[in-house]
Amino acid sequence: MRLFHFDYDAPTTVKEAIDLLQSKGAGARVMAGGTDLLIKMRHAGLKPSAIISVKQIPGLNTIAFDKTKGLIIGATALLADVANHPDILRHYPTVAQAARGTANAQVRNMGTVVGNLCNASPSADNAPTLLAMGAEVHIQGPAGARTLPLDQFFKGPGVTALDPFEIVTAVHVPIPAQHSGTAYISLSARGKLDCTAVGAGIMLTLNGRVCEDLRLFISACGPTPIRARKAEEIIRGKELSADAVDKAGAEASWETKPITDVRASADYRSKMVAVLTRRVLMEAHKSALERSYK
Amino acid sequence: MKQVIVLNVNGDPYTVAVNPWQTLNEVLREDINLTGVKIGCGSGDCGACTVLVDGRAVSSCLSLAIEMEGKQIMTVEGMAPSGETLHPIQEAFIEKGAIQCGFCTSGMEISALHLLNHNPSPTDTEIREALSGNLCRCTGYTKIVEAVTVAGQKMKDASERKPS
Repeated sequence: MRLFHFDYDAPTTVKEAIDLLQSKGAGARVMAGGTDLLIKMRHAGLKPSAIISVKQIPGLNTIAFDKTKGLIIGATALLADVANHPDILRHYPTVAQAARGTANAQVRNMGTVVGNLCNASPSADNAPTLLAMGAEVHIQGPAGARTLPLDQFFKGPGVTALDPFEIVTAVHVPIPAQHSGTAYISLSARGKLDCTAVGAGIMLTLNGRVCEDLRLFISACGPTPIRARKAEEIIRGKELSADAVDKAGAEASWETKPITDVRASADYRSKMVAVLTRRVLMEAHKSALERSYK
Repeated sequence: MKQVIVLNVNGDPYTVAVNPWQTLNEVLREDINLTGVKIGCGSGDCGACTVLVDGRAVSSCLSLAIEMEGKQIMTVEGMAPSGETLHPIQEAFIEKGAIQCGFCTSGMEISALHLLNHNPSPTDTEIREALSGNLCRCTGYTKIVEAVTVAGQKMKDASERKPS
């Protein structure tokens, strides 16, 4: 099946890309890897009048780690490169794991982490971990640059907080606290290949044996990834116990609003939210303990 | 408006006039007549259209041809060193009976090449993971995994035989 006709530009600066977005009008779309955009054009009737590829912009594919500033993943950094980057594997293992669990090898060699976020699918594999770790997106637009916490970025399926002529240039992940642990678990029909039917991502910080803080996000069970705040409250300020883990799972299940679709039924999703919440809690707790005693 | 670009495919330059909306898959098959590159789902799920671009396995159905100028593209047609000699991966696929209807084969072999270039002795799990973006509707996966194991051994033997 052929693609509908469109104009194509490959600017070499972010400013040029923003200018093009403005001059090409409402039908223009920004493209990084293209693995979501081209599928939407071929199978979902999306007909952009212009595609502005940001892949030729030098430096936008950067992956940079700094011990004080944290991690920067540029807009065109490939999923495969994030999954295999030594600094990410060492300091942000769950970020690498989520990138590695996105789609298949071919798509990871084309698609990007930032593109996965900007596509704003409620099931986006890279969102829950980054949300849990307090990531923020770097945005540029006609009015200049701004930074937005990722937990304010998603507005609905395919909808973000970006203004019409804005572009996400990078996602920044802070340095995780010393006694913290992270985890992400997703379920999908065909191994890890199909879109995620339910996912849970968490960061948990210990103070001694007490769970001082945590951020828990559930994906594919609402219009955006959902923060399970009431489940967090059950855990926060206490030592982790089997009873608290069970209660938090049940609470997270109440907090999410899954629907039935081709990937899973609402009922299955609700049950799995409880299961995945328990699992990520225990996994993150274990990895936080391991880091504490290193 | 069409734009004239040079595509470097299997080591040869091809001058082609492409529209922005033409995929790499369309141009390889229709302009350059490399029909070993298949088209299955058109959405990056089946892997039949897999080619190497600068050494990475990608879906040619989700790549715009216009973005491929200056890159090294390799299709199944570029694997065999000559018309008489097959690539060790191709030999292994034949020996192990890893080809049934053959539609997935070119994509499977390119994905296998990508894997073996990075990991000459993969485990069965690593092979299955590397090929998980390639579907075989004949479901002949066991033979394919065996073939990739044998191919890895063949490639290692060949490189050890080479005088350095």
